[in-house]
Amino acid sequence: MGIIKIKDLIYEYAKHDEEGNVESTIRAVDQVSLDIKKGEFIAVLGHNGSGKSTMAKHINAILTPTEGTVWVAGKDTAKEENIWDIRQNAGMVFQNPDNQIIGTIVEEDVGFGPENMGIPTEDIWKRVDNALRAVGMIAYRKHSPNKLSGGQKQRVAIAGVVAMKPQCIVLDEPTAMLDPMGRKEVIATVRELNEKENVTVILITHYMEEVIYADKVIVMDNGKVVMQGFPKEIFSNVEKLKSYRLDVPQVTELAYELKKEGLPLTDGILTIDELVDELCQLRLKI
Amino acid sequence: MIRDITIGQYYPADSVIHRLDPRVKLVGTIVFLVSLFLFQDFSGYIAATIYLACVIKISKVPLKFMLKGLKSIFILLLFSVIFNLFLTDGETLIHLFWKVRITKEGLGIAVFMAIRLVYLIIGTSIMTLTTTPNDLTDGLEKGLRPLKKIHVPVHEIAMMMSIALRFIPILLEETDKIMKAQMARGADFESGNILQRAKSMIPILVPLFISAFRRANDLAMAMEARCYHGGEGRTKMKPLIYKRRDFIAYATFAIYLSVVVVINTVSKLL
Repeated sequence: MGIIKIKDLIYEYAKHDEEGNVESTIRAVDQVSLDIKKGEFIAVLGHNGSGKSTMAKHINAILTPTEGTVWVAGKDTAKEENIWDIRQNAGMVFQNPDNQIIGTIVEEDVGFGPENMGIPTEDIWKRVDNALRAVGMIAYRKHSPNKLSGGQKQRVAIAGVVAMKPQCIVLDEPTAMLDPMGRKEVIATVRELNEKENVTVILITHYMEEVIYADKVIVMDNGKVVMQGFPKEIFSNVEKLKSYRLDVPQVTELAYELKKEGLPLTDGILTIDELVDELCQLRLKI
Repeated sequence: MIRDITIGQYYPADSVIHRLDPRVKLVGTIVFLVSLFLFQDFSGYIAATIYLACVIKISKVPLKFMLKGLKSIFILLLFSVIFNLFLTDGETLIHLFWKVRITKEGLGIAVFMAIRLVYLIIGTSIMTLTTTPNDLTDGLEKGLRPLKKIHVPVHEIAMMMSIALRFIPILLEETDKIMKAQMARGADFESGNILQRAKSMIPILVPLFISAFRRANDLAMAMEARCYHGGEGRTKMKPLIYKRRDFIAYATFAIYLSVVVVINTVSKLL
């Protein structure tokens, strides 16, 4: 069994009318089953309201399933007594960097998680040092988070999670509010954590460029998992992705259009280099 | 205009004052504030000024930062000076017109009040500029710990305070943004009488409150996601332990306070 196992997860929430009576129930996540292995880099795609964030919140036991079960490191998230173990094992980074930084000094914020876990003082300092080093923010340890850029803030938030030594990190659209530079910073940090520290990463996003490095891509629509596979497989299916209101990376789109016009290119080209290679070889063939 | 409030804004620097135990700084600030109200004449203020100047020098915080905080109380300062200046009975110094006159006593009290207010703000600014809000609340939490026995939620109060302090600049920025957005659509905050101006603030307050609640919700979730479950079983990254410099600081306060008392009694005798 993998580090995270989700079986037939259903999550419903009730919509209330003005008097507080239940008007209808909305199914945000519908029959999702996943098995994520340790060290994997998983990307979850989907447009707004596809249930991807709701699903992610189950991994951290912020939400508990209406039906079905979620196990994190073998522990059932629905059980009250497991909750702190699970939250330590599955860290979560949210969209808005301002709303998740508690400390007024970078290092104090990173220390917040370990403090809550009851780690002895010297160990907290070691963890904070390591975490800040891992995200490349050690030079800013004494700074106020208000004076950092969005990408830096988000890296601090990631350090705050890393300091808790989780086995996996769930990132819920961590780059949605950042500029392109910040986005690159954050994704590079996440990839490094995944490669060097072997942390399982679940990246929820709607930026296609961030997905191409993932080991596995999951596409969600209407609360259901509709596509699953390697980035190449997913992006070779441009038509299908578009039907879920998702864009493909520009390069992939270009390759797709060229292929439609009759050029013999392979499916699922993800990077500019790949396309250049293919096009050059094409010239040789002709 | 709203960015000028420096209270709750930490100025990072490496000085002895920065490294002092927050409890020491809290006590020191209280001692200083009390001393300001003990003085009856100007000789006492010489002592306070020297003391304050030394502390500012040691703290390595530029004076500019401390004076920034004064802008926010400028109106209050003006009011108290004007009222004291014109409305105090006593020996007439300058007669302006009708019943308006400046008295000797009025002038004295006005200057006194002005100095007191300015020193009050500077004194408290030193504490907030050299202590991270987290340290400050840690200091409060530990200082108030005995109250836990009578079921005062000390940890929760301290946590609430530190979060409030952390979000002050963010919410100020947000207010600025909302104001600009409203102004771009033709809202007018500058003209009209006080009532009209107050009314024009409503379209700012509503979105501000909504966003504050949204932020609170997000923050609560982020805190829970990082295993926050109240003060039970929590360890400290920076536990408060008194060091030698803290005792030296306490001694300085005692000396300062006794100097103040001596000056006071001497000036009363004269």
